[in-house]
Amino acid sequence: MLAHGEGGRLTRRLIRERILSAFGNDILESMDDAARLPAMNGQLAMTTDSFVVSPLFFPGGDIGSLAVYGTVNDLAVSGARPLYLTVSLILEEGLPIVVLDRVLHSLAAAARRTDIRIVAGDTKVVPRGVADGLFINTTGVGQLLETPPPGPTALQAEDELIVTGSIGRHGMAVLCAREELLLQSSLQSDCGPLWEPASLLMDRLGTRLRCMRDATRGGVAAVLQEWAESSQLTLEIEETRLPVSPEVRGACELLGLDPVHVANEGTMVVAVERDALGDALSVLHSHPQTCDAVRIGRGTERKLAAVVIQRGLGSPQPLDDPLGAPLPRIC
Amino acid sequence: MCLGIPGKLVRWIDHDQTFARAEIEFDGVRRVCHMACVTDAAEGDYVIVHAGIAISRIAPKEAQRIFDELASLGDDDGWTGGEGRDGGE
Amino acid sequence: MKYLDEYRDPQAARKLLDEIRRRTTRQWTLMEVCGGQTHGLLRYGIESELDGVIELIHGPGCPVCVTPLEAIDFAQQLALRGDVLLTSFGDMLRVPGSQQSLLETQAAGGRIRIVYSPLDAVELARRHPDTEVVFFAVGFETTAPATALAVKHAFRDGIDNFSLLVSHVRVLPAMELLAQSPQNRVQAFLAAGHVCTITGYESYYDFADRFQLPVVVTGFEPLDLLEGILAAVTQLESGRSCVENCYSRSVRSEGNLIAQDIVREMYEVCDRPWRGFGTVPQGGLQLRDEWSQFDAAKRFNMNLSLPVIDDARCRSADVLAGRIKPTACEEFDRDCTPDRPLGAPMVSSEGACAAYYRYRNPQQVTSGG
Repeated sequence: MLAHGEGGRLTRRLIRERILSAFGNDILESMDDAARLPAMNGQLAMTTDSFVVSPLFFPGGDIGSLAVYGTVNDLAVSGARPLYLTVSLILEEGLPIVVLDRVLHSLAAAARRTDIRIVAGDTKVVPRGVADGLFINTTGVGQLLETPPPGPTALQAEDELIVTGSIGRHGMAVLCAREELLLQSSLQSDCGPLWEPASLLMDRLGTRLRCMRDATRGGVAAVLQEWAESSQLTLEIEETRLPVSPEVRGACELLGLDPVHVANEGTMVVAVERDALGDALSVLHSHPQTCDAVRIGRGTERKLAAVVIQRGLGSPQPLDDPLGAPLPRIC
Repeated sequence: MCLGIPGKLVRWIDHDQTFARAEIEFDGVRRVCHMACVTDAAEGDYVIVHAGIAISRIAPKEAQRIFDELASLGDDDGWTGGEGRDGGE
Repeated sequence: MKYLDEYRDPQAARKLLDEIRRRTTRQWTLMEVCGGQTHGLLRYGIESELDGVIELIHGPGCPVCVTPLEAIDFAQQLALRGDVLLTSFGDMLRVPGSQQSLLETQAAGGRIRIVYSPLDAVELARRHPDTEVVFFAVGFETTAPATALAVKHAFRDGIDNFSLLVSHVRVLPAMELLAQSPQNRVQAFLAAGHVCTITGYESYYDFADRFQLPVVVTGFEPLDLLEGILAAVTQLESGRSCVENCYSRSVRSEGNLIAQDIVREMYEVCDRPWRGFGTVPQGGLQLRDEWSQFDAAKRFNMNLSLPVIDDARCRSADVLAGRIKPTACEEFDRDCTPDRPLGAPMVSSEGACAAYYRYRNPQQVTSGG
């Protein structure tokens, strides 16, 4: 169990024993107040994120792996090679040490898998009931490639839209893991790193790649809405093209949700110049994280709605925010 | 809210009348549902589930009816429509 | 998904649409009662496909929409007490009460939990014997068996910290009110398929006879809806007005007798105010006296001192009665959107206004996107 403490003996011991043993590297071990990093050529990219997912452990991942992959992916889709990570933990008093250990080892394993180094961290213990077990905040630093993707302002009409895998897996896996819904399935979160496929894509496509974004909270719909806003285009997708696994479908029907609004943690939306579609798909298919990539739609001149979905029957409809209460704490 | 979803009864858990429960599968997602209102369903049957309870057993022949009708659409007789055309007229 | 996807087949739908157009010699006016059907008609473009052929009026078939303001305010007070955990279907959370919605109450510290089933609320009560668990029991006759069963479970297991805040409503009395109104333009009804799964449709014979209106029991998927419309139109074209079952894979004429018994054991019929609609005689269900220990209204004895006033600009009354389409309301998509609703039909997943907003034609979009 953890006792409330701030920089006192207990906390220092905690850091020394648990965290160093899980993360140990030369930068961290020197244990100054600030990490000293080697100089870099070129621009830096930096991102920050907080992770509050409940439950802490879900099929396909946990808050630890989520924290690493989420941060890595934010850097990757911006065109930056992920290099360094800080990890701040807010721990609830009474959190069992075994839970902390599991999360730390998962964090460390994910970091090793993505070659990102954890260089600084912080730990705070708060009273029971405040942090629901454990919250994590990260900051990621990466090296921007010479020609990163320009972003959604570069989107043009006739550009093609791709989604790199089946959608809604993370959100539904987390929901199914919530005890109170009493759902059982073999659904797994898609939680995983996207740097490799992203860098392959940037290499092969160059300026023919407009933008990429991992479709986290708010799902594919949220990404499209932001891109439509930035580009002042209309983005049109076809519902029948969206890849949805039967289990995600089943869980969504049962709970009255639309997979297009459900969070993903290892799946991106990608926009490319029209002629680059074939190349983009072939690159994505060559990597296990993105092997199920498909084209889902395209950009057009702005009509009145920002994002439009063509369902199997009937005419195209605007794709808005979802109705009903928002899903709490999926990410 | 009137959201009633068809699922397959994969396993009876408790065959008691009022407190009957069974595991129902919805395309790979399973949930234990309360079966008090549909105690005659067998494993392999499909039921409609609303708010955690089964409200009816899907009758396969009836489910097929509309497709048989659609197939014969275009004959001179045209559409013959639904069943139960009794009642006040 | 089996018994779902095949009823969404676009080619079969087009065949039915063609048949409907072929059959109609004049524009008939139909009403579907259930909100789930309204959403289906709009989501799958059936209403726009039949524009000019059939007029579809949307009825008050959204139990969330018609839940009285008092009930929502009551639920809020319970959630803010500190010793009560209010459990509810997700739909109810964004509906505006007289001051705020339950979602806002939750953000302000109210103890509220979304559950999928009232029986899950009983489990919560079992696991937290130190807390009073109240389930906000809204819904038509489709849902009453589930809430009744929840009480039976709680009773059997001696769970005495569980109760229901009952706001169940009954469909047929509302249809009666609509059909009786001198302004009624509805020529045929599409009856709610899941309500009829429970209640059966024998009680509609008298209704169809008295008002000389066809009643077609209809499901929710596109093919079900089209089949129901086609059957209604066929009757109207030949001057018949009987009760017909187009959802026979789920509905039998007597309905689900066990479910009816369970409901009858716990509930009795009562008059109930429907929000935006007025008092519907026999339009509600309430717990019988012998089950009053499970009745949250009696257990918590709340008093409301504030008068109950809906936003004057909200035209939900007209929408629910089918007098206007949501798009005819001045505030639609202006001051009233799902994010900032003036009334319930804009936020419920079964509300007509929400359906129109969500499935609107992009050419008609007025806000910037």
